Amino acid sequence: MIILQAVLILGGTALVFAIFIAAANKKLKVWEDPRIDVVSAMLPNANCGACGLPGCRAFAEKAVAGGIQVSKCTVSNAERIGEIAHFLGVDAGQAVKVVARLQCAGGSNVAVQRAEYRGLGTCEAAAAVAGGGKGCAWGCLGLADCERACTFGAITMNPEGLPVVDVEKCTACNDCVVACPKDLFVLQQLDHQLLVQCKNLVQGDVVLEQCTVACTTCGKCVLDAAPGLISVASGVAVIDYSKIAEAEESAVERCPTNAIVWLRGAQFARQPALSSAEAA
Amino acid sequence: MAFFGFAHGVHPPEEKGLTSGLPIRRMPYPEEIVLPLRQHAGKPAKLCVRVGDHVERGDPVGLADGYMSVPIHASAAGTISAIDLWPHPDGSYAQTVHIKVDKYAVQLPRPRLVPRWEGLTVDQVVKAVQDAGVVGLGGAAFPTHVKLAPPKDYKVHTLIINGAECEPYLTSDHRTMVEYPERVHFGCRVMMHTLGVSKAVIGVEKNKPDAIAALERTRPKDLDITILPLTVKYPQGAEKMLIHAVTGVEVPSGKLPVTVGVVVQNVGSLAAIAEVFDTGLPLIERIVTVTGHGLTRPANLIVPVGTKLKDLLAYCDGVTPDAREVINGGPMMGMAVSNLDAPVLKGTTGIVVLTSDEVRAEKIYPCIHCGRCLDACPVFLNPSWLGDLARVKRYQEMADHHLADCMLCGSCSYVCPSNIPLSQLFQASKAALRRVQTAGAA
Repeated sequence: MIILQAVLILGGTALVFAIFIAAANKKLKVWEDPRIDVVSAMLPNANCGACGLPGCRAFAEKAVAGGIQVSKCTVSNAERIGEIAHFLGVDAGQAVKVVARLQCAGGSNVAVQRAEYRGLGTCEAAAAVAGGGKGCAWGCLGLADCERACTFGAITMNPEGLPVVDVEKCTACNDCVVACPKDLFVLQQLDHQLLVQCKNLVQGDVVLEQCTVACTTCGKCVLDAAPGLISVASGVAVIDYSKIAEAEESAVERCPTNAIVWLRGAQFARQPALSSAEAA
Repeated sequence: MAFFGFAHGVHPPEEKGLTSGLPIRRMPYPEEIVLPLRQHAGKPAKLCVRVGDHVERGDPVGLADGYMSVPIHASAAGTISAIDLWPHPDGSYAQTVHIKVDKYAVQLPRPRLVPRWEGLTVDQVVKAVQDAGVVGLGGAAFPTHVKLAPPKDYKVHTLIINGAECEPYLTSDHRTMVEYPERVHFGCRVMMHTLGVSKAVIGVEKNKPDAIAALERTRPKDLDITILPLTVKYPQGAEKMLIHAVTGVEVPSGKLPVTVGVVVQNVGSLAAIAEVFDTGLPLIERIVTVTGHGLTRPANLIVPVGTKLKDLLAYCDGVTPDAREVINGGPMMGMAVSNLDAPVLKGTTGIVVLTSDEVRAEKIYPCIHCGRCLDACPVFLNPSWLGDLARVKRYQEMADHHLADCMLCGSCSYVCPSNIPLSQLFQASKAALRRVQTAGAA
């Protein structure tokens, strides 16, 4: 008898709650576009934030609502983007490949190390102690904070202690830009081949005491490039990327230090190869 | 004797014996003076000279840029030889005026009117102190004139003078109190007059009996100045610890001392104020302790601001062969210097040269949660927890756990048995938070 009582009480309570939940489900239901789930499943779900939204779900919602071009997802490949665009019946939009570029070429072979840093092996900690011991106060510290920050394994440190960005893997998610305490990374279109690999603001040839690939502000690139494309402002050459269409490789040829370069693919990787090709 | 101190803190070896008995000497002028325009908390000074200009000792080379700024003055007569970016002791490069010192100049400042402080209004005293470029000489280089005019909403009842000098090795404040106690009292008189307070307390750690005796001997009888011997403990000289030791009141988190009715000033800054109303000379030189077991001849020196560290070390007969690290400031809160071309600034309290024995890099072990850092932290934070957060870069959570209260005193790093560089982690985290905030604002 007591058993029956227990069953009835619990069962009755369950029934009351079930009715309540069923009513709430009817009353409070929020309709969601079923396509969001589908698009979300087709996205890489890396939640990297490169599109500027807080995650892939948010991207899917916005894409379904037509608020963002599908191609703004830089992590996905073209085929996948096409599929999503086809599914939603929209134009995929022009995807411009953007990659992270390092504005420093001062590896351990060319840049002076003025003091020895011993301590926590992160750039952030080193930068907090008198700038980290490198002769150039603006240069890459080479302790690989960016390599650790990269979700996609696109950054590897080369033997000279500079981060090399794999342009295939880089999704321009901005993580390395945030991680670098010296603010050396910029996100730049892959087809923008002109880059100043130096942020040292010391003017003139004295800068060569710090690093042999630093910008000496000699101004040769300014003269060789299209008018207004390159200027020398406050100690370093600056490229006006709104005029990048007029850029030609000839602008970098007379640079005495290779501080300004014409990129083909990844940074740094081709420099040794070029010198041997020139020798041959 | 009553206990005048604070809870927590540490007892590092003092090492003050190297220089505490050495009288203050004047260093000869170097060949070149380099004056960064950024030497104080607040906005850098505005350049007001050109290359080729001749300056006399005490002439301004940079003018105050707004209220939270002070001018920079030439510390020696000579010619402006260059204005460029030059290494700054903090590791960056800053806009710097180079003065080629005139070897045969008599180094006398231009004749100037010395203001009689008794007749001046508060605003005039503040102006005179700002024009003289006086900043806190205890290390932070906070403009002194700002402290002279606290917000009107608060009633200041006590002036506390910081002669604790708890940092190991450093003796510049100690020697100032022993050799120039009248200047400290005169500066104190001007400050009390300006602030309108009737009570002043000079806090001195008990390990400086000669300083306490000198201050007692010269104490003006018409003013209510108490010389209070404090418990010897680090960081006794931190502003909030000192206030707690003297008044027993805790300054609320994130608030200025003026909210509890006190203003704190360093003894060196008082001596600088005294100089302004005594000779009219701006702040162009300061007393620097150059010391450490890695230095051949430790000394307390009057150094012209802008003297390069390498000239300073050379004057002390250079470093010993086993010297390893040069620290700007004391070993607890000071920062290693990466470039000896960097100059002595207004806020440089001392230069310590450590030997390779003293700077062994110990292996860092994981945190064993022993809680010693909690017992050491003078502001009652949890460094162990904050350290864990810092390593996984959860900076916002650190801010929620009152990272802003951390003054980087280094007590936690000092006691950590696992050699975790907690203080450095917090410094890096603070920098990262600032970067996030500026990025968010932009």
